Amino acid sequence: MERHGHHPEPISEVEARVRALESLLYEKGLITPEAVDTLVSAYESDIGPLNGARVVARAWVDPDYKRRLLEDGTRAIAELGFGGMQGEHMVVVENTPTVHNVVVCTLCSCYPWPVLGLPPVWYKSAPYRSRMVIEPRAVLREFGTEIPEEVEIRVWDSSAEVRYLVLPERPEGTEGLSEEELAQLVTRDAMIGVAKVKAPAAAR
Amino acid sequence: MNGIHDLGGMHGFGPVTVEADEPVFHADWEKTVFAGFAQLAGQGLFNLDEFRHAIERMGNARYLTSSYYEHWLSAYETLLVEKGIVDGEELRRRASQLSEDPDAIPRPRPRGDERLAPRVRTLIQRGASTARRVEAPPRFRVGDRVVTRVTNPRGHTRLPRYIRGKRGTVEMVHGAFVLPDTNSRLEGENPQYVYSVRFEADEVWGEHADGGRSAIYVDLWESYLEPAAEAGRAR
Repeated sequence: MERHGHHPEPISEVEARVRALESLLYEKGLITPEAVDTLVSAYESDIGPLNGARVVARAWVDPDYKRRLLEDGTRAIAELGFGGMQGEHMVVVENTPTVHNVVVCTLCSCYPWPVLGLPPVWYKSAPYRSRMVIEPRAVLREFGTEIPEEVEIRVWDSSAEVRYLVLPERPEGTEGLSEEELAQLVTRDAMIGVAKVKAPAAAR
Repeated sequence: MNGIHDLGGMHGFGPVTVEADEPVFHADWEKTVFAGFAQLAGQGLFNLDEFRHAIERMGNARYLTSSYYEHWLSAYETLLVEKGIVDGEELRRRASQLSEDPDAIPRPRPRGDERLAPRVRTLIQRGASTARRVEAPPRFRVGDRVVTRVTNPRGHTRLPRYIRGKRGTVEMVHGAFVLPDTNSRLEGENPQYVYSVRFEADEVWGEHADGGRSAIYVDLWESYLEPAAEAGRAR
């Protein structure tokens, strides 16, 4: 195509479809650049796993908060200022020496956005969604998480509008850490349930 | 519908591949697509259940060979064209024009409705709960033994195939929520209680080879369940 006298970067089939739809929706006023920016910056900058990490750290240092969190996850999470889209109804499940929890959505990719942000690609992928319910130990092993045979694995398939957050076990050797320091240890993967939280020395 | 989206328990997809230091979005077009949902659904152009069902209708082969945000894009195209909000011919014409020459249609940055961004901000903060109040008490209580219905609806459902006809125990009563099966067809919200039901791995998979103890908890609407003792009679 020489009609413009230059060669613009070619775009993919998907990009062309997005641009086509976007142009029509802009013309009809059904989307606006400001709303796009609001959504993108919210999930790129403000809403992510650090929110969930703060919830977990608070539960580790405050037994009363932990009790409220396990009783009514939505309300206790809201105490820290988190909630909203895709986290309207939250249930928090606790890992113990005898129970390990892990979350999946076999039908689509439901995920607790207000506390974890948007899901990683692997969480949305066919291997994770197909396998976690039928061979959780094998999948966890691929994440480097070995769960002994005698520990019960509970797989939460979030098939409705309730979203699940795993409360990981507080690692040993963290007695002297502040709530803020503890929050820094808590990873997204530990709150999905595919990893454990490591003590500071091991985390380095 | 018994579509490929209903992945639980399938074999053959290989290992889980984890991308190190994954960005929130992998390309600008993903941002555009992501931001579409809250704006379009937020204005009532379609509901969440219609959206999920539109993804399920995209075709099994295409579903597996396209990415998450391509699924979303496909759902927008399907729903907006079906509802007559955008013209399918015009959409295809523009896409093919842009494929040939990305400058063919300038990227507009119009002002648009100034109320949309604040509305979207409220939606992010408050969400859009599908919980509803129902007068009747829940049919099941914590500890009740239940069996899931054996059913193969052609429309949208949130009863995964791997769990149909299985016996479990009610662990939580979540309250009542809009029923996706009818809401996806705009046949009413029909709110029903949703229960977290525990299924032992052996009940679901038989002699499974995973080793060790495990159980699966699935959130199920009341009409997906029967009392375990009535299972024979119900069918």
